Amino acid sequence: MTSEHQEKETVLSRRDFLATSAFLTATVAGFGIIAGFFRFFKSDVRYEEPSVFKIGKPENFPVGTARKLDDKKVFVFSDDGGFYAISCVCTHLGCIVHTSDNGFTCPCHGSKYNTAGKVISGPAPRSLPWFEITQDVDGSLVVNAGSEVPSGTKVKYS
Amino acid sequence: MNEVEVNEIERSGLSKFTDNLKSLAATVFGSVFRNGSPNSDKARASAIFNNFFLHIQGTKTHINTLRPSYTLGLGLISFFLLVIVVASGIFLMVYYNPSVENAYQSVKNIIYVVFGGNVTRNIHKWAGEGMIIFVLLHMARVFFTGSYKSGREFNWVVGVILLILVFVLNLTGYLLPWDQLSYWALVIVSNIMQSPRELTDSLGITRFFDVGTFSREFFLAGMVPGKESLNRVYLFHVMVLPLIISVFAGIHFWRIRKDGGMTKPDAFSPTVSDSGYAVPPAKTAGIFPTHKTYGLMELARGKTPSVDKDIENMVFSWPNLLIAELAVLMLTLAAVVVYSYYINAPIREFANPLIPENPAKAPWYFLGLQELLSYSAFMGGAGLPMLTLFGLFLIPYLDREQYNVGTWFTDRKGKLIAFEAFVISTVLLIGILVFAVNFGWLRSWFPEIPQLVITLVNPGSIWVGFIIVWSLFVIRRTGSTRMGAMSLFVMFLVSYVILTYFATEMRGPNWGFFWSMSQWPIH
Ligand code: HEM
Ligand code: FES
Repeated sequence: MTSEHQEKETVLSRRDFLATSAFLTATVAGFGIIAGFFRFFKSDVRYEEPSVFKIGKPENFPVGTARKLDDKKVFVFSDDGGFYAISCVCTHLGCIVHTSDNGFTCPCHGSKYNTAGKVISGPAPRSLPWFEITQDVDGSLVVNAGSEVPSGTKVKYS
Repeated sequence: MNEVEVNEIERSGLSKFTDNLKSLAATVFGSVFRNGSPNSDKARASAIFNNFFLHIQGTKTHINTLRPSYTLGLGLISFFLLVIVVASGIFLMVYYNPSVENAYQSVKNIIYVVFGGNVTRNIHKWAGEGMIIFVLLHMARVFFTGSYKSGREFNWVVGVILLILVFVLNLTGYLLPWDQLSYWALVIVSNIMQSPRELTDSLGITRFFDVGTFSREFFLAGMVPGKESLNRVYLFHVMVLPLIISVFAGIHFWRIRKDGGMTKPDAFSPTVSDSGYAVPPAKTAGIFPTHKTYGLMELARGKTPSVDKDIENMVFSWPNLLIAELAVLMLTLAAVVVYSYYINAPIREFANPLIPENPAKAPWYFLGLQELLSYSAFMGGAGLPMLTLFGLFLIPYLDREQYNVGTWFTDRKGKLIAFEAFVISTVLLIGILVFAVNFGWLRSWFPEIPQLVITLVNPGSIWVGFIIVWSLFVIRRTGSTRMGAMSLFVMFLVSYVILTYFATEMRGPNWGFFWSMSQWPIH
């Protein structure tokens, strides 16, 4: 008797079942719409500069070169260890850093980096990234600003 | 055939026509404004509730609400500024062109060639930034009179949403001229959006949970402000945000009605100077005899006006309230036009992504944040602002005392607590800034320190932590949550003002410290 009574209370009525499932379906659909909304705003084509670019033949960068490629926002260096490229976009808020006595300085909030791009003072949260350098079939060096390499990775090409 | 019809026939068609012509002005006017200028109490009431634009107001208004010293007209000024901004914005849209190639040229065109263009642009700019100031002041008035209480909790929340919208509207507008100033301000802001990365990176969860990049792509469609960003920001600025803010302003006003009008002190008594408001309705005339009743139109859910209480302090909105509103509108409009006639909105050279401005500064209303940002991007850009907004939202729910609502600063003790908070926060905050300028911060002393420590412990987070602890201490000391909220709010206002001033005037190239802009080195 008691068990029958309890069963009656726990069993969902048809009306409640339909209402609940309709409500849950609407909620799920709602989340789907919201996700789609945000996905729509994520553009798949960018009108930005390509992040992989040629910088010229290795001979143009003799040992001792330190060149800032303004429009590409990288520094390209060449020393005994080989070629390497360091970003010149400050990791704090995206200003362009310039070379200073012993590394790089950012004009915006005064972050300072050493010659390897490591933060030594200021608010910058991360070191300046190093970018991958490869060589194309025509012999040009290619910087890939979309691919970071560990700090200190220098490559030799000729 | 009755007499009228006979008359109709006997008069010649032409004379009917000339009669109609003569009364044309009166009949057209009468068909639009059905009641004419009201001269009875009933007519004064229906002048309000029969008018689409006026019926959002009550037919009667409490004298306390009409006193300029209570609301200071600040909410109204904010609203009228919004109207001015929308109107002038439509004019600017006639010539503005949101493309990277043309935007800058079209703004120059508006400034130098278009008839009235420069003043229109100035009006739009100054009224827009004026909104920030007046909405903040309005919020302060609402806070200090305790008007976020007694049923108005939700309207305070709507208010904070309006505040956020005002900030975002100004910000999106800032990019549109596409000059150096706006470009680099947007670079800064887009990096602020990216700033949660500082935390997710330190915790090593960026790969799974990259809110920073997400929000940046949402607003800018990429990593740096570019073609698509301009398109999108323009869409937000002229279309999406104005629609949203109109809806919320509508809710704001509707709630004021439903909450029973403005707050007012319990112990209200009219003074001699209040006798200027129209005579109270004669006891025998009108549909609202003083002691008998009040119309449905006067009643709203909420505590006031209640039966037979304070009803004698309600006067007709027509003409009292309407005259006051008209006066505020005219003063606001006049001030904006005169200011805009003399002071030009800035424009710099065409945006150049290769040469940053030095110093690159966000728009002034975000400079307080940028100062915090110069300690830690995450705290300044995301952590502390979120915490502040969260705190503002919660104020009416964490302080629920109903004592002395509608009285400036609640009571004598309230004034003292507010003054105390003002002095302490001014002195301490300046002290912290002086310290940070002179001695630097953790990384200057321990270069190897992990980023996570700096993210968590920096002048900004320490300061906000102090404010919270101090307010809790005040609550314990006085036994009143209202007093705690008072300290919190005063310190919030002081911080906003001091940090904004400091970062605007005293931060120069390389974010170095200078006593004033005139000392910046030439570079
Ligand atoms: C676009 C921005 C805003 C507009 C146009 C606006 C407009 C108004 C107006 C016209 C009033 C009537 C009383 C007065 O003039 O003071 C009012 C009252 C009020 N506002 Fe706002 N407001 C805005 C933002 C805010 C903000 C930021 C807050 C607080 C966070 C807020 C909270 C309130 C509350 C609680 C009331 C009722 C006050 C009372 O009952 O005494 N509003 N608002
Ligand atoms: S952007 Fe370089 S220090 Fe802020």
